[in-house]
Amino acid sequence: MGEPGTKEVLSLDELDAVAGLRTGRKHILSILVENKPGVLTRIAGLFARRGFNIDTLAVGPTDDDSVSRVTLTLDGAVHPIDQVTKQLHKLVNVLKIRDLEPEETLARELALFKISADGAGRAEVMQVCEIFRAKIVDVTKRSVICEVTGTHAKVEAFERLVRPFGLIEMARTGEIAISRGRSET
Amino acid sequence: MRAVDALMECLKAEGVDVVFGLPGGANLPTYDAFYDAGIRHILVRHEAGGGHAAEGYAKATGKVGVSLGTSGPGATNLVTPICDAMMDSVPVVFITGQVRTELLGTDGFQEADTIGITMPIVKHSFMIQHPLELPRSIHEAFHIARTGRPGPVVVDIPQDLSRADIPYEPVTDVHLPGYQPTTDGNQKQIRLAAKALANSRRPVIYAGGGVISANAGAELTELGLADNFPVTCTLMGLGGFPAPHEQWLGMLGMHGTRAANYAMDEADLIVAIGARFDDRITGKLSEFAPRAKFIHIDVDPAEISKNVPAHIPIVGDAKNILPRLTAEYRALEPDPARLEEWWSRIRVWQERHPLGYEDSKDAEIKPQYMIQALYEATKGDAIVTSDVGQHQMWTAQYFHFNQPRRWINSGGLGTMGFGLPAAMGAKVGCPDQTVVCIAGDGSVQMNMQELATCAQEGIAIKVFIMNNGYLGMVRQWQELFWDKRYSQVETGQWPDFVKVAEAYGATGMRFEDKNTLVSDMQEALATEGPVFVDVRVTREENTYPMIPAGQAARDMVG
Repeated sequence: MGEPGTKEVLSLDELDAVAGLRTGRKHILSILVENKPGVLTRIAGLFARRGFNIDTLAVGPTDDDSVSRVTLTLDGAVHPIDQVTKQLHKLVNVLKIRDLEPEETLARELALFKISADGAGRAEVMQVCEIFRAKIVDVTKRSVICEVTGTHAKVEAFERLVRPFGLIEMARTGEIAISRGRSET
Repeated sequence: MRAVDALMECLKAEGVDVVFGLPGGANLPTYDAFYDAGIRHILVRHEAGGGHAAEGYAKATGKVGVSLGTSGPGATNLVTPICDAMMDSVPVVFITGQVRTELLGTDGFQEADTIGITMPIVKHSFMIQHPLELPRSIHEAFHIARTGRPGPVVVDIPQDLSRADIPYEPVTDVHLPGYQPTTDGNQKQIRLAAKALANSRRPVIYAGGGVISANAGAELTELGLADNFPVTCTLMGLGGFPAPHEQWLGMLGMHGTRAANYAMDEADLIVAIGARFDDRITGKLSEFAPRAKFIHIDVDPAEISKNVPAHIPIVGDAKNILPRLTAEYRALEPDPARLEEWWSRIRVWQERHPLGYEDSKDAEIKPQYMIQALYEATKGDAIVTSDVGQHQMWTAQYFHFNQPRRWINSGGLGTMGFGLPAAMGAKVGCPDQTVVCIAGDGSVQMNMQELATCAQEGIAIKVFIMNNGYLGMVRQWQELFWDKRYSQVETGQWPDFVKVAEAYGATGMRFEDKNTLVSDMQEALATEGPVFVDVRVTREENTYPMIPAGQAARDMVG
């Protein structure tokens, strides 16, 4: 189909539209942006006015002072991801966007859990921490604070397990991600 | 030199010969620099008038328009023109004053967060943080405004920074690593498109404002004539293909012709060029062109498959792509006879449903006739601007635009009050051309203060107000869809437009007789200076045909 210069017949039925599809899975977008005032506002504003929902968002420096990395996750069941990335590309301060392939990506998030832990519960909480390789970073008579690092799913699982002990509060970063292997994300 | 003097040098280096603006506290330094910079500055009476004038200038000339305002209310008054320029992809650089840096964030006098307010409606914006940034930012602003898909760029300059003394060196390049628009279409995709066209039996070429922006009218015409292709244009694309023409279907969309809309409905292949499948074109999206495959050519990749999934997307500049598509198509030597059946179907629609109206039996001027009379009086040789409403649609239907950049109106945002200042800007940019504004009696009042600017500067625009004493398009919708409950649409006899004209120093006229209308209009056109004409038309006339909002092309009424 579409060989240069040939007169071979092409049936219009053969043409398929490919864009605008919903993938149905979670997407992690790694966006390199110029480190300038207002860039995050432009990204957040774009999402708000186009009706895209951000699930998580993490912003931080990169090895280059003039460039920051924005990592955000969104639901490909709700949004056509190609439309999201094309709109992001129109922002002049956006340098590069990668829609990371799940199998070739390392994604981590950090979470802090303040859990009530007095008496019998404390040992069990510590057991859960051990299984999840979570660190206990603060202890009082009636509570502990645990630090967990891992994939979004791991942090979710940890939350489910400790919630019955009495989850006082929790703080989570969004996921940050980087591609596996030698090449740059 | 002062940063503002460097600003003047930058404007000159960008080839700016005229700007439209209004001074205030925060941009006093800029105005001090204008005093002897040798750049023509036109003092408008309201910043919105200046913004729309810069748009009219840009649309008529293809150059970047420049509009200035002070901080706070000056900048907020520019919000409508900025948004208008964004929706219609008009290259305009807006330069706003800002309070001194020490006052930023303190709710200082005339402080507004201009960058924040305008962020959703600009192509890009610059907040000057250091006086040394100013020259580069200005050149980057012009570069971004004019290239790729054109659009508005705001540069906000705090007052103290604009006074700073800086060493000025001309900037000869711009460095924007995150901004690299694709202009060259992909050759493989172009070949595929040519092949699809050669194999289609019911093709339609659907061209939008992008063809005008890209200066690709001739290239579009060439493609249309490469075979017997039916061509339709959007409201923004009129003039991209010469009307009238035997391959011309007329405008499509909500108030387009039946032939154009029915052809879209039955097409097997639609070639969209610089058009964005707006809801005024598609009607009910799920029933839009149900049998068609789509070739979508656009310089903005985000437009492709935004509303309607494209089968053959081609990203790039229409001026670059269309000649290559035409050449590839011709090389395939398709059989033109395959389109005969399609044309015989289209001809039936054209014969059965021509644009038309019932003329009055007395001297009353029908609004449609008013446009026909103006077409006759100008022999079609004029730049025509309009406001937004019934008069705009009738102009689009009955004034046959045969060249690009002759039809200047507010399409995307639908801004009432656009026409008069846009005509002013167009006339400044094209002083040797006849520039006419067709206005509504409602919308003209939203920016008619610029008549004073026209009188003072000798800007000889000819404004014809289609006066029916109503906000006519809203009245029409209330009549058709809201049980004739006419709520807040009657403007009646106010004001007396002839007296308004005289007060502003323009020539005022009033026309009420269709029998003398053409010669009356010729007289108005021949009168020196700005002319402001009150044309009394039938009060309750509806714009037809029409696709009711949210319905499909085949549901057209009227």
